[in-house]
This record gives sequence, C-alpha cells and structure tokens, in this order.
Amino acid sequence: MLTKLTGGRIYDPANSINNEVKDIYIRDGRIVKAPSDGQFDKEIDVRGKVVMAGAIDMHTHIGGGKVNIARTMLPEDHANDVVARTELMRSGCGHAAPSTLTAGYRYAEMGYTAGFEPAILPINARQAHMEMGDTPIIDKGGYVMLGSDDFLLRMMASNGDQEAINNYVAWTMNHSHAIGVKVVNPGGINAFKFNQRKLDLDEKNQFYGITPRDILLRLATAVKELGVPHPLHVHGCNLGVAGNLEMTIDTMEGINGLPMHMTHIQFHSYGTEGDFKFSSGSAQIAEVINKHKNITADVGQILFGQTVTASGDNMRQHAAHPFASPNKWVCMDIECDAGCGVLPFKYKDQSYVNALQWMIGLETFLMVDDPWRVFLTTDHPNGAPFTSYPHLIRLLMDKTFRNDILSTLHPEAQKASHLASLDREYSLYEIAIMTRAGAAKLVGLADRGHLSIGGAADITVYTDDEDREKMFSKPDYVFKDGTMVVKDGEIVEVTWGTTHVVKPEYDNSIEKSLKPYFDKYHTQKMGNFKISDDEIVDDGRGSLTVQPLHAGGKI
Amino acid sequence: MTDMIEPGLWQDVPSPFCGIASDDLTIKVEGNTVTVAENGDEVTKKGFETVITDRSPRINGQEVSLEQAISHIADRLRTSKQPVIGGMATDLNGARAAMAVADKSRATVDNMDSFAGMRNTLVLQDTGWMVTTLTEVRNRVDLLVVVGSDLEAAYPRFYERMIWNEESMFGQEIESRQIVYLGKAPSGDASTSPQGKKAQVLPCDDADLPEVMSVLRALVKGKEIQAEQVGGIAISDLAVLAQQLKDAKYSVVTWSAADLNFDHAEATVQTVCEMVKELNLDTRSSGLPLGGKEGGITVNQVSAWQAGYPMRSNFNRGYPDYDPYLCDTTRMLENKEVDTLVWISSFNIDRTPPLSSATTIVLGRSGMTFDQEPEVFIPVGVPGIDHAGRTFRCDGVVSVPLRKLRDSGLPSTFDVLTAVEQAL
Repeated sequence: MLTKLTGGRIYDPANSINNEVKDIYIRDGRIVKAPSDGQFDKEIDVRGKVVMAGAIDMHTHIGGGKVNIARTMLPEDHANDVVARTELMRSGCGHAAPSTLTAGYRYAEMGYTAGFEPAILPINARQAHMEMGDTPIIDKGGYVMLGSDDFLLRMMASNGDQEAINNYVAWTMNHSHAIGVKVVNPGGINAFKFNQRKLDLDEKNQFYGITPRDILLRLATAVKELGVPHPLHVHGCNLGVAGNLEMTIDTMEGINGLPMHMTHIQFHSYGTEGDFKFSSGSAQIAEVINKHKNITADVGQILFGQTVTASGDNMRQHAAHPFASPNKWVCMDIECDAGCGVLPFKYKDQSYVNALQWMIGLETFLMVDDPWRVFLTTDHPNGAPFTSYPHLIRLLMDKTFRNDILSTLHPEAQKASHLASLDREYSLYEIAIMTRAGAAKLVGLADRGHLSIGGAADITVYTDDEDREKMFSKPDYVFKDGTMVVKDGEIVEVTWGTTHVVKPEYDNSIEKSLKPYFDKYHTQKMGNFKISDDEIVDDGRGSLTVQPLHAGGKI
Repeated sequence: MTDMIEPGLWQDVPSPFCGIASDDLTIKVEGNTVTVAENGDEVTKKGFETVITDRSPRINGQEVSLEQAISHIADRLRTSKQPVIGGMATDLNGARAAMAVADKSRATVDNMDSFAGMRNTLVLQDTGWMVTTLTEVRNRVDLLVVVGSDLEAAYPRFYERMIWNEESMFGQEIESRQIVYLGKAPSGDASTSPQGKKAQVLPCDDADLPEVMSVLRALVKGKEIQAEQVGGIAISDLAVLAQQLKDAKYSVVTWSAADLNFDHAEATVQTVCEMVKELNLDTRSSGLPLGGKEGGITVNQVSAWQAGYPMRSNFNRGYPDYDPYLCDTTRMLENKEVDTLVWISSFNIDRTPPLSSATTIVLGRSGMTFDQEPEVFIPVGVPGIDHAGRTFRCDGVVSVPLRKLRDSGLPSTFDVLTAVEQAL
C-alpha cells in the first residue's frame, strides 16, 4: 500500500531541509519516491503541519537490572500513575520507573520511535534485552558497559596490546547485542569493591594499578578502531561532586582527539565557588565542547519533582545515599563485571543545589553552539522522567517561559547563574537536529532520524503551536515503520520495534583466554553468557537490525 | 551455550531448579529418559530425572484434547469474579504469558514461594540494601556469615561453587575464608574447608534470631550491651563476630528467606541489611539473599517490569495494584475469596496447589499426583528439558538460557497460556 502525506512542512536536517513544503510517500515501512503515475492508495492531509522523523532518545534507562530494582522499590510512586488496560494496550504504570509496556506507549505518544539503554552490563545484557523486548512500538538498543570489568583490567594490567582489547570489546558487543560501548566512572566501580571511595582521573585502582585515564584511552581507541559509529559513551569520574568541572575538562581534552560522547554532562559541570561552595561550570564546559569537534555531549537535564536515580556507578551512588528521598537505597556489586546503585530522589526548586543544577543544564544547552553535538536528555529517570521532554523542549525554545520559571527558583541560585542573560531560543530545525538527525548519526542508525528516500518511515507530525510543550506532547500522527501508531496523541495500533546492533569483527582466538577465565572464576559458562539471536527475536515479535560500521574499521 | 557433545549427551547445561543456576551439568538423554551424568546434586537430579507419566490433559479426571482444556480454562476465567494465577513456577516466557492472562482476566498473581520472597521484597521497598552476586562471592569473600539458614540442604553446591573454589581472581588464600553460622547449625559438612576447618556455629533458636541480630548490629555500631547472653549466645562471642565483620575486607552475610520461619522475619532481614550498610561506612560488606528456586525470581522480575510491581499484585480494577497482604494466595484461598485458581508448577511434581474450595486448574509437571483432582490438569513441559527458556538465579542479575533437551511433545506453559489469552 502506498500512502501519501500531503503538504507537510518538512524539518529534515539530515537532508538540510528546513521548513519546506513537501509530500512524503510511504510503502512497506519505508519512505519511497513519488509514484511516476501519481497513483497512491491512501492520502493523509498534513498541510500546515510540522513533519519530522520520529524522535530518538539516545540515553534512557528503560531496561535492565537496575531499572527493575527501581520499579520494585517504588510501589508508592507507581500508585499515583497507574495505567488501565484498553482494547489495544496492556495495563501498567508510569512516572519515574514506568513499566516497559507503558514506557513504549508513552514514548510513541510523544512522537519518539527509538530509545537506547545506555548501561547494559555484559552479564546482565540478557535481562536488558528481555525488558526492551517487552517495550512496544519503539526501536531499542543499548551500549554495553565496560571499564570496571575484571577481564579488561587484567588485560590492561598485564600490558595486553590494543589489538587484544579491540578483540575483547568486539566480542562483548557481539554477544551482548550492543550498538555502542559505555564506560561508567572508569574503573571506579571496580575500585569500590576494593574499598576505594573515590577515583580521580589519574588515580590508580589499588589492585590493578590502572587509572581512569588509561581505561578511557584504551576503550575510545578500541571503539574507533573497530569502526563502531557511536563514540565511546562516557559517564565520567566524580559524578555530582562539587569541583568535578576540572576533571571533566581534563577528560575531554585528554582523549587525544578520539571521538568521545560525554553523557549527562550537567552532573559533571560543577565548580566550588560561592558561599555554597557549589557553582556552575557550564561556560567552561561549553567552551571546551565548542572547541573540540571530537566531543559530543548529552545534558542530563534535571527537572523538579520526585524521581529515582539508577546508575551503574555504585561508588558515587553509595556516597550519595544520605540524599535518598524517600530514604531507601540499593547498591550492588555485580559479578566481577560491574555494579549498580538505585536511589529515589526529589529535586526541589527551593534547594540551592537542585535549582543550580537545573540552570547548569539549560546553560549547557544554550552555550554549546552546534546542535549536532549536544543532545536532549534527562538521563531518564535520573534527572527527570522522559515524559518531561515536551516541557524541556519548551524551556529551550521559549526564553520568556524559561525566565519566568527561573525567577521562582532559589534566589541565591539565580544570582549564581547567568541563565537569565542567555537569549538563545532553539528553532524547530535545531530541535529536529538534536532529537532526530543528530541522535541517529551519533548512535549510528543509518536508516533512521531522517526522511530520505529508502529510509525507515518513522515519522512524526505535529500541529505548530506557540506552546511548544503542548505541541510536542501530542503529535497529530506518529508512523512507525510506516504504520500509523498514534493519531491525535493516542495510540491507535501497537507494533513492536527492532533492536539495533552493530557486529564488529573479532578474532575468535579471544575465546582461548575467555573460556578458561569463565571456567576458573565465574559462576556461569562462557557459552551461557552469550545471547543468541533467537533470544532477541523470541517468539517472532522482536528482530535484530545490524547497522553498518564505519569504513576502515579493523580488528 | 549448552551443547550436544555426542548424540544424547549435553554439556554446560544450566539447572533451573537449584536457585544458583549451576550451569556445568552434563545431561544424558535417551528417548524421554534424562539422567544427570556429571555435577548433579539432590536438587538437580530430582529436577532433571523425574519421569514423564501423564501426557494428556484432563477435565474432571477425563482425558481431553489440549484444545478442549484450553477452551475450558478460558471459559472459567471469563466468568470468574476473583481469579488467581498462583504457583507461577515457570520460565521467562511462561511468566510473560501468565501476566498477559492476568491482565486480561483481572486476576491476582502470586508465586508459591512468596511467603519467603516477601521477607526480602518488603525490606527492599522499605529501606533497601547492599547486596552482591555469586561471582563476587566466589572471588572476594573473606568472611561468610550465614543467618538462620541451612544452606547446603537447599543449595547443595553453594559451598563447592562459591566458597571452596580452587582459586580466587585476586590471589586470596581460599583456605583462609571464615564461615560463621548464626542460628541453625549446618546439616552436613559442605561448609567445612578443603583442609578440614569446620564452620563456627553460634547456635540459637529461630525465634531468638530477631534479638540476636539486633544485638550483633548494635555491637557493630559500637553500642555497649548490658546483657551477658542473648538467645543462649554469649555477648562476648557476638562481640568477636562483630569485630570479625569490621576487620573483614569483603564480608558476605547470607540468608535463605525460606528458612526464616518466624513471624515478621522481614524485620530480621532488615536488621541484617541495615547492619551491612553500616559496615560499609568503613569497609566492604554485602548481603546475599538466597532463594529464587524454580522460577521465583524470574516471575518477580517479569511482573516488576510489566506491571511495575512484584508478585502479590492484582489487576482487579483493570490496572495493577500491589498488596502483599490482600494478594497472598494462601490467605485468599483460606478465606474463600477465590473462585478460580490457575496453578502453574512446571518444575516440581511435589508442588501441587493448596487444597481449597476454588475451581482449580493446574498447569503442572507431568507426574503430579493430587489429593483432590483439579477440574483441569494440563501436563506441561519443563523449561530447560522439554522446551527452551530463560531463568534468573537467586541474585536477580544473572539469567541463563535453557535448552530443549528432548522432544517430549509436552506443551510449554507459554503455549498453553498464550492460547488461553487468545481465547479470552
């Protein structure tokens, strides 16, 4: 069936199309050329409407062990946002740690067609995929977490060559079905198991003698040499610590020009100035990002209210436990592989620190010049639930709205920020870059995030409205792989998206050292660690999409 | 992955029965006869070797086709006012299908081992915990404290796999590992070190554990205790243990909630967990809740991600509600609140439904015998023997792939419940 979307105002930054009126044709889930005979089966009139590719959340904690701990821990949070079953949809719950089903529906209702879980522990990857497999409509995928795993640190400590490390990284990506590699508090999760309580960029793990800087360089090199499009995804040292700004800058400058993505950078942009010994470092951070074209960042904006923080960074989560609200928290050491920490948290607009965090995030958005290198996230649910994205978009697009809220926040925090003087307002085109074209490029999705002929027909249609929050909350239509899944902001059909992965090549000789390692030290066999394709496909509802590697990728 | 190394001989087979998901079993399959050839123990041998008897579904004792049985279940659920999906001893996809049926039929969901699991879940939801996983224990533990539990009875290979392994990743001298039992004494010698060092036991009755644990926590916190003994244990002995915990670099405090059979055992689990948190102000220490045999952790996980809540939830109002008291199947059945009970028990023929006045439907392992014939019985395949699957082990982090080892023709719980859901 050929469907025509007639007369929409197209925002397609991948093709440099900025508010041009064009028709779009869809057949078999793809965007196709206009038929030569002018015939089509169905027409949808979108004249005057804003048309973009489906939005892509490149960093959202939607699946895996720590998310499920968060869900289990928070019955009281769910009770305020339960979702009833309908003819089409399963029941569930929303807010801070939504059920997988509700998360899929709500993403689609906001015009999102893909979300990427940023912290898949190799040993827990099977669970992450189970949960993402139960997340309807949207596409998904994830970044596998390395850097505190004992196998890598042992290789590094014994001066394993880069080729062996590349092999291990590629092997892990293949068998955990990842599209990227993440590092969280490089080596810090491991150091915490040896009772180290902080780990600076050049501080050694007391057992391995390895520093976070070593780990970052090794992994960033591996990712680049393997041709993985998504740069090393970095949750840096000392998250949330006043004064971490300098180390964040050192991290970015010290990577020697290798591609690197700094995630939830807001949490890593803190100075120590002022009476509260807590100040905004966003200007310096933005300056470094602007200068270094190898660096990208997502913000991890905080918004006020109750949420839950779920992180692989058990070292920092443990240190933050006195701030858990309500007062309950979980920290785990995991399988000589990684760890996690889960703390409910309430961001308060009359807290100096929380108010300044809000300002630091927005300052970063507004001071990074290139929208292709900064991404819209709340680090769901750590800064705020993903359902607050329309609100965040309005904050970026509407200076008056932003400053009205700013003026109600903790007065000392207002004095400590120059946010009020920033006049920038994001355009629709820039929002489309950040949430579509740029995100797809960053994640490495060749056929998503744009409206090119041959691309996937993931399309969102909005009614232009000066109230951008309203506009982005309720699209007129969302098409997922060509199927209309949302109409007037309501789900009209439930489909199941694919799982995006890359398959970098590796030399199987790596298993000669991995198999005995598993046999000797682990409680699971190497063969049972590997996740088969069948597990993702499952009963036919899921599928795998292998995205292309960069040319020149080598083992 | 589990591989067939010669016809009928499988290696690296994971056990869905044992809670610690030992995955080094060698299994021999001849026709429908399964034998654990290597690395078996009482739990896994029984799990794998129970023979197939029934093959046909029954309604009121009469053999019927699978389609008839499924249609009968759907009819019952359609007219039921208070259905319960209980037992819930199944694998990932069985749990998924059970949740889908529960959602559609507005049922209550509960697991057969929730009486134990809730002792942990309530603590997680009230104050949280610091816990670890099996590979960390295997490589790091220097002091293991076992609270109120006889580990080797329920987890026969725990010590072999996690404590008395040949080598630790960090060069620890394995023999130096210390084991202390608080409460029950071990029933065998699994906890004895390779060179014959026996576990230390500080014995007390279960009923005294709340008090004993409270005193131990107080001692860890440096409080002075006036009493000279608690539950028959000298305070000076507990003080030594408190010091051992403080001196250890990576102590692990473990318990099997199923063994803590006294009122409000969750409060004692909470005391353990809060003590572990307090130890972590200076050194490293972790809890290790053991449990999750026969899919218990799996169904809690699936329920949590699909509904937001773990077991003991219901869909009575069209959306998930959670109530550890109201949704307790045993209580509901005793109180005659249930009109239809769907009991899922695909691992163990001894885990039959509780006797009740409710119309009972059993999706059970072939070979079950009943004191009271259920209205419907469907013999279902065992995950990891009759069909592929996935199951979580006790730590809730690691899950293992289960392979189909024989072609028995028995349907999976997923097959049956998916058909029921479609018929609803």
